[in-house]
Amino acid sequence: MLLSLEGATVRFGGRAALDRVDLGVAEHEVVCVLGPSGSGKSTLLRAVAGLQPLHAGRVVLDGRNQAGVPAHKRGVGLMFQDHQLFPQRDVGGNVAFGLRMHGASKRQQDEHVRELLELVGLPGAARRAVAALSGGEQQRVALARALAPRPRLLMLDEPLGQLDRSLRERLVVELRELFGRLGTTVLAVTHDQGEAFALADRVVVMREGRIAQSGTPLEVWQRPADEFVARFLGFDNVVAATVSGQAADTPWGKLPVPEEAAQGAGTVLVRPAGVRLVPADAGLRCTVAARTFKGTHVAVHLQPEGAPRLEAACALREAPEVGDAVGVEFDVAEIVVLP
Amino acid sequence: MDLARTEVALRKRVTKGGAARLGLIALPVAFFAAFFAYPVAAIVARGLKTDGGWQLGRIADVLTQSDIRHVLWFTTWQALASTALTLLVALPGAYVFARFDFPGKHLLRAVVTVPFVLPTVVVGSAFLALVGRGGLLDELWGVRLDTTVWAILLAHVFFNYAVVVRTVGGLWAQLDPRQEEAARMLGASRLSAWRTVTLPALAPAVAAAALMVFLFTFTSFGVVQILGGPTFSTLEVEIYRQTSEIFDLSTAAVLTIIQFLAVGAILAVHAWTVRRRETALRLVDASVTARRPQGVGQWALLAGVLACVAGLLLLPLAVLVQRSLDAPDFAYYRALTSEDGGTFLVPPIDAIGNSLTYAVVATAIAVLIGGLAAVALTRRDAGRFVRGFDALLMLPLGVSAVTVGFGFLIALDEPPLDLRSSWILVPLAQALVGVPFVVRTMLPVLRAVDARLREAAAVLGASPWRAWREVDLPMVRRALLVAAGFAFAVSLGEFGATVFIARPDNPTLPVAVARLLGRPGELNYGQAMALSTILMVVCAVALLVLERLRTDRTGEF
Repeated sequence: MLLSLEGATVRFGGRAALDRVDLGVAEHEVVCVLGPSGSGKSTLLRAVAGLQPLHAGRVVLDGRNQAGVPAHKRGVGLMFQDHQLFPQRDVGGNVAFGLRMHGASKRQQDEHVRELLELVGLPGAARRAVAALSGGEQQRVALARALAPRPRLLMLDEPLGQLDRSLRERLVVELRELFGRLGTTVLAVTHDQGEAFALADRVVVMREGRIAQSGTPLEVWQRPADEFVARFLGFDNVVAATVSGQAADTPWGKLPVPEEAAQGAGTVLVRPAGVRLVPADAGLRCTVAARTFKGTHVAVHLQPEGAPRLEAACALREAPEVGDAVGVEFDVAEIVVLP
Repeated sequence: MDLARTEVALRKRVTKGGAARLGLIALPVAFFAAFFAYPVAAIVARGLKTDGGWQLGRIADVLTQSDIRHVLWFTTWQALASTALTLLVALPGAYVFARFDFPGKHLLRAVVTVPFVLPTVVVGSAFLALVGRGGLLDELWGVRLDTTVWAILLAHVFFNYAVVVRTVGGLWAQLDPRQEEAARMLGASRLSAWRTVTLPALAPAVAAAALMVFLFTFTSFGVVQILGGPTFSTLEVEIYRQTSEIFDLSTAAVLTIIQFLAVGAILAVHAWTVRRRETALRLVDASVTARRPQGVGQWALLAGVLACVAGLLLLPLAVLVQRSLDAPDFAYYRALTSEDGGTFLVPPIDAIGNSLTYAVVATAIAVLIGGLAAVALTRRDAGRFVRGFDALLMLPLGVSAVTVGFGFLIALDEPPLDLRSSWILVPLAQALVGVPFVVRTMLPVLRAVDARLREAAAVLGASPWRAWREVDLPMVRRALLVAAGFAFAVSLGEFGATVFIARPDNPTLPVAVARLLGRPGELNYGQAMALSTILMVVCAVALLVLERLRTDRTGEF
């Protein structure tokens, strides 16, 4: 492992921002820490960077304990949430800063700045003022600046947080490509699951200073570890259930569950795709409360009698109108039993 | 249809804007023309015009006199030395107040500002009590500094400590600490992160503060008058001496012109640095950047700054109070109520009443004139002329009180403006000195009011005046109070101008203090200390009240 945190703990007052966190990042791996605000994501990055002292545990980089190593000697890069470009320097001055700190000659600096700006898609921008850059351009300059000293680990704090949606979606692809090409080891944090899933080899979900789940995007998406993770990923069809055999007893009636499901009291998640609409006289009877257009499908919010609402994903043409009565059946392939 | 009508109305409003602006600016312009430009013109004429002809050679004549050259040299080098010393002492203080969180910080921040609003004669008296003949250091170790330049330099540091802490510290607290962290992540050590990121961001503020201090010390009057003795004299003191002791009005006028030019140059440089200071910096809320000191080094720095504040700022004031009580049964205070001292035609205690009355009137004038000017300057469509007026408003602050007083003396004693025997002369002069403070305090707050709020009020049907009253006024009310408080404190302590024009039977507090100090005898000295103490308490209370009202955005002082 290039980076490992062992029992890392940071407390602010009585509250633990990081609570005995164990985490490893292998070389060339892109790990994305995902969590709501206040879950300790940024503190995690600052602890690795050496900007935030640990109260317990340790940070190990390349096998070396980093206790007592000051921030500027750790050889890690950090791209700040709002970029923190130096306003009194131009683009080139910002990108060259780290090279200068590492004693590169003026010629090496110029050459490297030129290469990096080309790499991030801003060729020839070296003399521009940072205040004149758009949000997306600032993000690219911040990336070039962070990459310049060739950090062994690059950390990104909400890398695309302030950009608008379409730009974000484009940049996330560019970043993924770039990191793949350069073989950069990356530890990023974000509250946006789409960003995390698009960027990461591995996603780590955090909650209140602890790691709630760690796995590939597919694993986390398919099998959320608990109700918190499921709800954080945007799944709302979550109810308490009692599982016996291959059926779960829920407010929505008896649901089929996969063979290996844990028995007894638990929680059941039904992904919207697993809620199938059938004629009103079959299955669970519901009224359509609302429908929202999602581009590729329509999200239909259904109100069963005496049970929590259900969300169903419907093909565009088949979506019922608000107020329609429909029946619901459940698809076992889209049902997950959570502990 | 309604929308179209609104648009027409809005367009009409824009063309009306110019007229409204002229209306707002007319009164301040008239005020400055009558009470600043006209007296200054009178000084120039008095100095350079003889027998109907202009004699520019007078300047050269005066400049070749060796004692004048000596005064010029001393004025300059003591200002430079005072500025350097103030920066040396106050910059660590600025850092501590900006970045550290410690119990009592807010109170202490208010306390270090007290000296800045203290009347210069009080500062002079306090240092006299500390380092003068029979002062605390004299009693303890037989050390006297009042015959050396050190007393003046230390008093200047005392006086201007707050200027640096406020100007530099205020910006420092708003600099995003993550800028330094970003530099550290790129491999910069703590020191080089500070040098490459923080220092360049602070430099314009340091330059602006240094220029302010230089300006204040270059035109220092009360402090030098009291501590300088016969040996040390600044340009300002020399002008006073030429006027009231030697009665050489034309030499005084020439000296005033020289001072005017020097101050104009300093102010021009200051305006330039302020404009540079406004270049894009990443500013954050000051309340989130301070933390508890960590480690031995930071605690030691905090302790050092606190010791400095205690020794340099609090000790002189404490000694002042102690000296004023240094007789049984408050004898010095009781003596203030009797006429038998013979210093004045009235008991010194009457000076308190005079001072308060003058200060109230001066405050009202300053707030009216300064407020109107600030509103006019805030308008987005303010043109070149109005912006030029902004710089002009700063002039009385820098052009020194003595110039104002001298100008009043020679210009307003004959028709068309004969105010010689009118009591209003003193408040007018004090208001002139107070206006720049009002403008400086109000402008940033007025400018910070989002224009879109006013637009929102306009589309909801509020007339411009109504929108101002409903939107702007509630937001600037505190700033208005702070500005009034500053104007009040400035008027109360004003010495340089008042000493020229206050009538002997109506002295103000600072004038009374200076006269008492100028007379021999234990009782006079004690009374001066007692009056100074009273003045200090009034000013300090005014300031501490202001400090409670102050918001982060309220102005530069």
